[in-house]
Amino acid sequence: MNRNVERLYNGIIKENPTFVLMLGMCPTLAVTSSAMNGLGMGLSTTVVLVFANLLISLFRKVIPNGVRMPAFIVIVASLVTMVQFLMNAYTPDLSKSLGVYIPLIVVNCIILGRAESYASKNPVVPSIFDGIGMGLGFTLGLTCIGLVREILGAGQIFGYQVLSLDWFTPITIFVMAPGAFLVLAVLVVCMNLVRAKMDAKGKPLAAPSGCLTGDCASCGQSALCTGKTQAVSSDQKTE
Amino acid sequence: MSVLSELILIAIGSAIVNNVVLSQFLGICPFLGVSKKTETAAGMGGAVVFVITIASFVTALIYKFILANTYLQKKGIDLTYLQTIVFILVIAALVQFVEMFLKKSMPSLYQSLGVYLPLITTNCAVLGVALTNVTKEYDILESVVNGFATAVGFLIAIVIMAGLREKIEYNDIPKPFQGTAIVLITACLMSIAFMGFSGMI
Repeated sequence: MNRNVERLYNGIIKENPTFVLMLGMCPTLAVTSSAMNGLGMGLSTTVVLVFANLLISLFRKVIPNGVRMPAFIVIVASLVTMVQFLMNAYTPDLSKSLGVYIPLIVVNCIILGRAESYASKNPVVPSIFDGIGMGLGFTLGLTCIGLVREILGAGQIFGYQVLSLDWFTPITIFVMAPGAFLVLAVLVVCMNLVRAKMDAKGKPLAAPSGCLTGDCASCGQSALCTGKTQAVSSDQKTE
Repeated sequence: MSVLSELILIAIGSAIVNNVVLSQFLGICPFLGVSKKTETAAGMGGAVVFVITIASFVTALIYKFILANTYLQKKGIDLTYLQTIVFILVIAALVQFVEMFLKKSMPSLYQSLGVYLPLITTNCAVLGVALTNVTKEYDILESVVNGFATAVGFLIAIVIMAGLREKIEYNDIPKPFQGTAIVLITACLMSIAFMGFSGMI
């Protein structure tokens, strides 16, 4: 039991995919124009993540090592398709506003990353809790970013007007594309400051491992992607 | 004439007005990761143009003749629900195939694009374009034009970004802003600039 609680804590706080690991930046930028969208995206990713971890952990001894990435992708893509149809049926508004980003959960690096680094090596129950923890951590991150953008850009929280338009002029740019980059930039700056503080305290945070750093070393898809080391060496050649 | 003007509208719309990186946030990873130098950025952009154009052609063919096959649909078999699964697998296989083909038959092109090809397999822009083509109900020609234009939009964005980053190198940036943060702020400003095109269509 302890191990499962530790997995939840690890996903939500210690290795939060949005704030600490900086994973899955495409959906983070794209769907956080309101808190509701962020929450919806986070929860649908959580569902896919939990079931993907469950299935992959269940089949981890059956899937041959050589074809494990394609096998993972098929599992994840099937789950994403199911989630997409469920959302189409039961939450049509949300599914319309998330649009193409729901099927794109397939290429979200959090999911293949957890499959590769955790679920394919660990038993079923901890894998499920790992999925729940990471998924809720991602949901938390998206909802927080969505809240900031929504309140600055429209003066609303979850669609309710909290800042009266009598005295508050919404900074509309925050709910548009540039606002996403700006809010994420501020988030990265804050995390850099926190990181420096924790380093000084002697309790360093886990290093960011997403695409944001341009570093493929710990990317979940690195098994599928053979170009990373070559690209790095060609980078050095031009220097 | 109307077909041609429609194609031009699609092309301008996907390349500039709804830029794939700056307003749709697809392909953020290579946009931030491989944009340190103009040459590498141009190489990456070229590879993306190449792959997305081929991928949108192949996925459009598969969608029209296999998944949304009218003969099968008349018999009550609708395979369109398989699109996400089929597209991602086809794209992954296609990239591998293109890489092998280039290596064998066009070594000079492989020299300039080859190293970037495998990086693109899981690039969300490729799958994103394929899915957008289906949602917008483009036919095969429109899909190819849309794919090509979207990728050109990516090329424009990543080359501009690399040019800016080369200049930023020489600036005195506050410590917490160094690295990714300043790149994101640059992207924010670029995105504002590209919003200026939004009235065009």
